[in-house]
Amino acid sequence: MATVSMTVNGKPVSGEVEGRTLLVEFLREGLGLTGTHVGCDTSQCGACVVHVNGASVKACSVFAGSLEGAEVTTIEGMANSDGSLGVLQAAFREHHGLQCGFCTPGMIMSAADLLARNNDPTEAEVRHWLEGNFCRCTGYQNIVKAIMAAAAEMRGAPVAAE
Amino acid sequence: MPKDAGIGASSKRREDARFLTGTGQYTDDINRPGQLYCHFLRSDVAHGKITSLDTTAAKSAPGVVAVYTAEDLAAVGGVPCGWQVTDKHGEPMKEPKHPILAEGKVRHVGDPVVAVIAESLDAARDAAEMVALDIEDLPAAVNMADAINGGATVHDEAPDNICFDWGFVEENKQAVDDAIANAAHVTKLELVNNRLVANPMEPRVAIGDYDRARDEHTLYTTSQNPHVIRLLMGAFVLSIPEHKLRVVAPDVGGGFGSKIYHYAEEAFVTWAATQLAKPVKWTSTRSEAFLSDAQGRDHVTTIELAMDAEHNFTALRCSTLANMGAYLSTFAPCVPTWLHGTLLAGNYKTPLIYTNVKAVFTNTAPVDAYRGAGRPEATYQLERAIDMAAREVGMDPAELRRKNFIPTDAFPYQTPVAVQYDTGDYDATLTKAMELADAAGFEARRQESAARGKLRGFGIASYIEACGIAPSSLVGALGARAGLYEAATVRVNPTGSISVFTGSHSHGQGHETTFAQVVAEMLGCDEGAVDIVHGDTSKVPFGMGTYGSRSLAVGGSAEFSIEKHYSVEKFRFFDRKQLTGETITLFYAALSG
Repeated sequence: MATVSMTVNGKPVSGEVEGRTLLVEFLREGLGLTGTHVGCDTSQCGACVVHVNGASVKACSVFAGSLEGAEVTTIEGMANSDGSLGVLQAAFREHHGLQCGFCTPGMIMSAADLLARNNDPTEAEVRHWLEGNFCRCTGYQNIVKAIMAAAAEMRGAPVAAE
Repeated sequence: MPKDAGIGASSKRREDARFLTGTGQYTDDINRPGQLYCHFLRSDVAHGKITSLDTTAAKSAPGVVAVYTAEDLAAVGGVPCGWQVTDKHGEPMKEPKHPILAEGKVRHVGDPVVAVIAESLDAARDAAEMVALDIEDLPAAVNMADAINGGATVHDEAPDNICFDWGFVEENKQAVDDAIANAAHVTKLELVNNRLVANPMEPRVAIGDYDRARDEHTLYTTSQNPHVIRLLMGAFVLSIPEHKLRVVAPDVGGGFGSKIYHYAEEAFVTWAATQLAKPVKWTSTRSEAFLSDAQGRDHVTTIELAMDAEHNFTALRCSTLANMGAYLSTFAPCVPTWLHGTLLAGNYKTPLIYTNVKAVFTNTAPVDAYRGAGRPEATYQLERAIDMAAREVGMDPAELRRKNFIPTDAFPYQTPVAVQYDTGDYDATLTKAMELADAAGFEARRQESAARGKLRGFGIASYIEACGIAPSSLVGALGARAGLYEAATVRVNPTGSISVFTGSHSHGQGHETTFAQVVAEMLGCDEGAVDIVHGDTSKVPFGMGTYGSRSLAVGGSAEFSIEKHYSVEKFRFFDRKQLTGETITLFYAALSG
C-alpha cells in the first residue's frame, strides 16, 4: 500500500492505494465519486472517461498510484459553480442525447476534451472522436447532435433550426 | 399546434438532471455499511463433471469470510422458469433443475461453481484462484442440429436435448401440409437468427442485505422488474414471504430484456447475506456478462410460403429449432412459441398457418427474450420469404405484399394464429413509406451508384408487433406462471401534489417524465406537481415491470383508467382539496383485443 495525493475537481485529496488500484476504483470507492462508471474490462467502452491534467483518459486504464500531484476532473466537476448545467450537459438534455444515462458521463468528458481542442468539429470528426465511447441505448444520433449544438453555442454561433 | 405540456408535449426529461451530473444511483453506486464482496468461480469448459472440489485453502486466504458450493445450498430451491409450455402431445416441457451453484456437472462456460465472499473484491478474486477445482471434460453439444441428433446429453431428463416439441395450431397442420403440396408455387428458405449478447452498458449487480433483528431481507438489483424478482426468488427459491423481502431496482443502465430474469447471483447474495448477517455485494465484469447474462435469439428456421397461380398466399409452414441454452431462463419457453407463432400472419390474409418449434438444450449460456423477443424473428422470416417469393415469380415485392395485405374492410380480422387485429391500413402505410423513400427514383440512384462502382439496394419490411404481454388471463392460459397485469396508485397529497406509484420500471425509457405527462393531462394539473415513484417493492406494493413495450400500454393504462372511475372535473385544482389524502389504487388487468 502507498499513499497518493492529487487534486480532484479542484479539491486536494489523498488516499491509500495498492499498486494495482485503478483510478476508477480510487474515484468510485476511495472518494465516493460514483459518476464515473465501469462498463467493460477491456478499456473499450469509455464509460470511465475523466480528465487527467487536461486530457481525456480512461480511468480504468490508469493506476491511481501513478497520478501523484495530478489534476483530475470527473463528471461531478462539470456543472457550473451554482449547480446549473454546463453548456455540454445542457445540450445533451435539450437534444435528448441520453436514455439510461450509464454512458453519459464518459460521453460528456470525452466530448469536452474534443471541444477544448477543436471548437468547430465536423460531424465526421465528432463521430471519429467518440469511437472510444459506446452507447447501447441511443444509436448515437442525438449524442452527436448535442455535441455539435454545444460546440456552436460555445463559439457563439447561431444554432441551426431543428 | 405542438403542446408544451401533457400527452404529446416534447417535455425535457427530469431524469437527465442526475444522469448528466454523475449523481444517478446505479446499483454498483450503492454501498451498504460493513458489506462483503462476492466473486464467483465459473466453469471454463462447456460441459464437464466436477471430479474434485477443495475450498480449504481459499477459506483461509486473507480477508475471506466464507466460501460456498452447491453442498451449502442443499436447502435452497433452483432458479425457476416462469413459463410452462405444453408440447404438441399435451405433455409439459422438460424442466431440469437450474441450481444456484453447479451440482456435480457444469453445463456451459460461465456456469458458477464456487462463491467466495471476502472483505474486499481483490481478496475474493485472489482467494478464488486458490480453489482446487477439477473438471473432467465431457463432449459438448453446442450446435443445435448436432444436439438433437446424437450429440452429448445436457440434462438426463432430456436425453435427446429436446425441451419441448410444440405445434401451433396443431389442428391446422394437415390442411397446411395439403395446401403446400398442392400449391402452384412454394418458396422455401432456411434462415438463421443468430445469437446475440444484450450488453447493456451497465453490467449486472446484486447486493443482498439482511436485518437479523427484524428478519427482513433486502435485495438491490439491476432489474427491469423488482416485483417479479420478489415473487420468483421469494416464493420459489428462498421461501421468504413477500412482506419480509424488499427488492429495490434503483437507476438501471439499460436492459433490453437481459435484466428481466431472476438470476442465480441475485438469489445467492440474498441467501449469503442471511447466512452471514452482513450485506453481500456482487458486481459482474463485462467478461462475466458475456458468460452469464441471458443471450438472445438463436433460431434456425425453415419457412415455406405457398401461393396460387395468381400469387395469393395460400399457406405458410414454419419449422424452428430454438436454443434454450444449458438451463431454462425465466421467460425462455414462451419466446419462440407464443411470442413468435402468433405473429406469423403478419399483415397478410394467409388462410392457413402452421409452425413447429423444437426447443433445444445445448451447452451454451441460457437464451431468453431480447428486444422484441420472438416478434423480430417472425417478421424476419415472413418478410424474407415474401421477398424471395416475389423474386422467384418475377413480381415486384411491394406489389406482392399489397396483393396479400388484409384489406381495410376485413377488420376486426381473426388470424389463423389466435390473435385478432382490431384495425389496420397496411396499404396506405406502405404507399406512404414508398413515397417517403422515393421508391420511384430508386432505379436512377442505383445506376448512379453503379457508375461509381457501388451497389445500392432497396428493402421493404411490413410488420405488425404484439407488445404489452398482457392480460393475465390470456398469458396464464398460455402457460405463464405469474399474472402480467400492471398496477398504479395515484395519491393526492395534502399540499395538492400528486404521487404516482407504478409497477413499471424505467431503465432508460424516461417514465418519470412521460408518466407525469399522462397523469398531469388526465388530472388537469401541472406536470411539475406529479411525482413518479418506481423501482422499490416497499413503496410500490404490486407490479410486473418493464419489458415487451408494455409500460405505456399497460402501466400507462393503469394510470389513465383512473379517469373511468373519477371524473376529471373532481381533480381541478380547487377540488383537489376535497380529495386530500385519498388514495386510488387500480389494477389494470385487461387490454382488450
